[in-house]
Amino acid sequence: MELKQYNLFFLYQETVALTKRLFIQLKRRPSTLLAGILQPIIWLFLFGALFSKAPEGFLPGVNSYGNFLGAGLIVFTAFSGALNSGLPLMFDREFGFLNRLLVAPLASRLSIVLSSFFYITILSFVQSIVIMIVSFVLGYGWPEFYGLGIVFATLILLVLFVTSVSLCLAFVLPGHIELIALIFVINLPLLFASTALAPISFMPSWLGWLASLNPLTFAIEPIRVAYTQTMNLDIVALHAPYGDLTCKSCISILFSLTVFSLIIIRPLLNRKLN
Amino acid sequence: MNYIQIKDLSKSYSDIQALKDLSIEINAGTLFGILGPNGAGKSTLIKILATLVEPDGGEVFVNNINLIKNPRKIRELIGYVAQDIALDKILTGRELLDFQSDLYHMNKKEKYERIKLLINQLEMNDWIDRKCGTYSGGMKRRIDLASGLLHLPKVLILDEPTVGLDIESRNIIWELLKDLKNDGMTIILSSHYLDEIDKLADSLVIIDDGKVIAQGTPAQLKNKLGGDRITLKVREFSTHEEAKKISEILSSINGISQIIINKSQGYSINFVVDKEKDLLTKLKVELAFSKFEIFSLAQSQPSLDDVYLQATGKTLLDAEISMTGKRDLKKESKQSMR
Repeated sequence: MELKQYNLFFLYQETVALTKRLFIQLKRRPSTLLAGILQPIIWLFLFGALFSKAPEGFLPGVNSYGNFLGAGLIVFTAFSGALNSGLPLMFDREFGFLNRLLVAPLASRLSIVLSSFFYITILSFVQSIVIMIVSFVLGYGWPEFYGLGIVFATLILLVLFVTSVSLCLAFVLPGHIELIALIFVINLPLLFASTALAPISFMPSWLGWLASLNPLTFAIEPIRVAYTQTMNLDIVALHAPYGDLTCKSCISILFSLTVFSLIIIRPLLNRKLN
Repeated sequence: MNYIQIKDLSKSYSDIQALKDLSIEINAGTLFGILGPNGAGKSTLIKILATLVEPDGGEVFVNNINLIKNPRKIRELIGYVAQDIALDKILTGRELLDFQSDLYHMNKKEKYERIKLLINQLEMNDWIDRKCGTYSGGMKRRIDLASGLLHLPKVLILDEPTVGLDIESRNIIWELLKDLKNDGMTIILSSHYLDEIDKLADSLVIIDDGKVIAQGTPAQLKNKLGGDRITLKVREFSTHEEAKKISEILSSINGISQIIINKSQGYSINFVVDKEKDLLTKLKVELAFSKFEIFSLAQSQPSLDDVYLQATGKTLLDAEISMTGKRDLKKESKQSMR
């Protein structure tokens, strides 16, 4: 029992140290943080302007395209950040710093993964909050208190899901070039094949199917409801080709995907880290 | 007392057998040297001891703890200084040591005292608060060594720690290693520098092609060679036939032994002469009788390089050169990545 308590404290100590290291890196090289904020803000301005003269009622349930776009860009910001979360680990692998961690008597090597989760969750939250504030300033709305809770809960699930995939890729791929290439390939197509920029009703049937199966869509739609309506988990958030999905259903699917991804990556992490 | 026992250790990377049934015993509180050319298997052995690589076969015990079954317990006992220095360029040296001490679960007081002591011992005061990315090779090595020593390990494992270092940094490290050994720490030092192992090691093993070719104290190994070592050349670059003829002449002289033709040094002849006998005059006469002139003749006390030469027929330097072309460092680096 005493040993277990010690282990828990040690796990805490090493996780804090590993997370602190990532934040020191961020503080001294803030370009990742700034780029992660600037890109969606530019999109918000450009796309908002692109459809600013669209006829009224062009998009059902929203008063402007910016109001529609906000949810998509918040999710995209969190998604991009989480997708890149494997990069620091990949660099540690390549430059041998990971060996420094592996020769230490860590209470659990889970701390290496946990620190990445904490870091990227906090980073994504900071970036998303900035996007939310900019959207608000541009007149694209702000969710009410309960809706805000749903926004953050959804973002946590998405970040956990994508971070676990990215960490998995960081161990499976041979180097950072391959990881960056894959991130390039995944990033924008997933955005365009989701409901971030347009509703399913605007899409051809095949793209509608793709978008309604895209994990990003399950995160975007509850957040969009939080932005455009009084939040209620039973509101239909997505009119998918296979049927209507409520906010609750979208979040449940996202939750299941997260749990599933964590289960899937566990043996790989065990193999690579033990 | 054998503090570390390595039994029949083997390891392969795809088609390359890096270690072949290697067995070594290391006493507590000694500095144990691992000598061998690049690609001999030193780093693989060191990585297994540091719990970074799992062997294919064999056993390792440190203080009677099975390394393969209880790697975490072993990690508490060891400090590891890798061949390739992996520092976080963004952190300062002090931040790196602080980070490292948290990984070893040290409390605040302990951490503060150890970091302060090591900064003084390794003379890092002037630059410890600069980012690691600005450090020279010597500074990097010193901070790396400090992080391996933070938790006062029972065993310190160093993989070629002085490669490419300036003399000042090398001396500081040598002095520190001597002090640590005197304090009772067991040190395993891999190197391809003969003088380093000769000066520092209490005992050593010479590895070639994944196998132990010699083991003992430096004095024991050198004494086994007998008398002084002679390197003889009758021309700057002889032929194999010529070298063979000279070898035959030498073998007929009583008191000359262990004759080796060193192909990579222009077919020079290396041999050992009995200390008690004055054989050089006789040698000159015999060579002149066969119409050979002495181009160069060097006499020296036996060195560890001679031990290596005796066992393999090539010098350590020649082995290094011949390995350089054969190794695929990129492939090896990928294989060693977790």
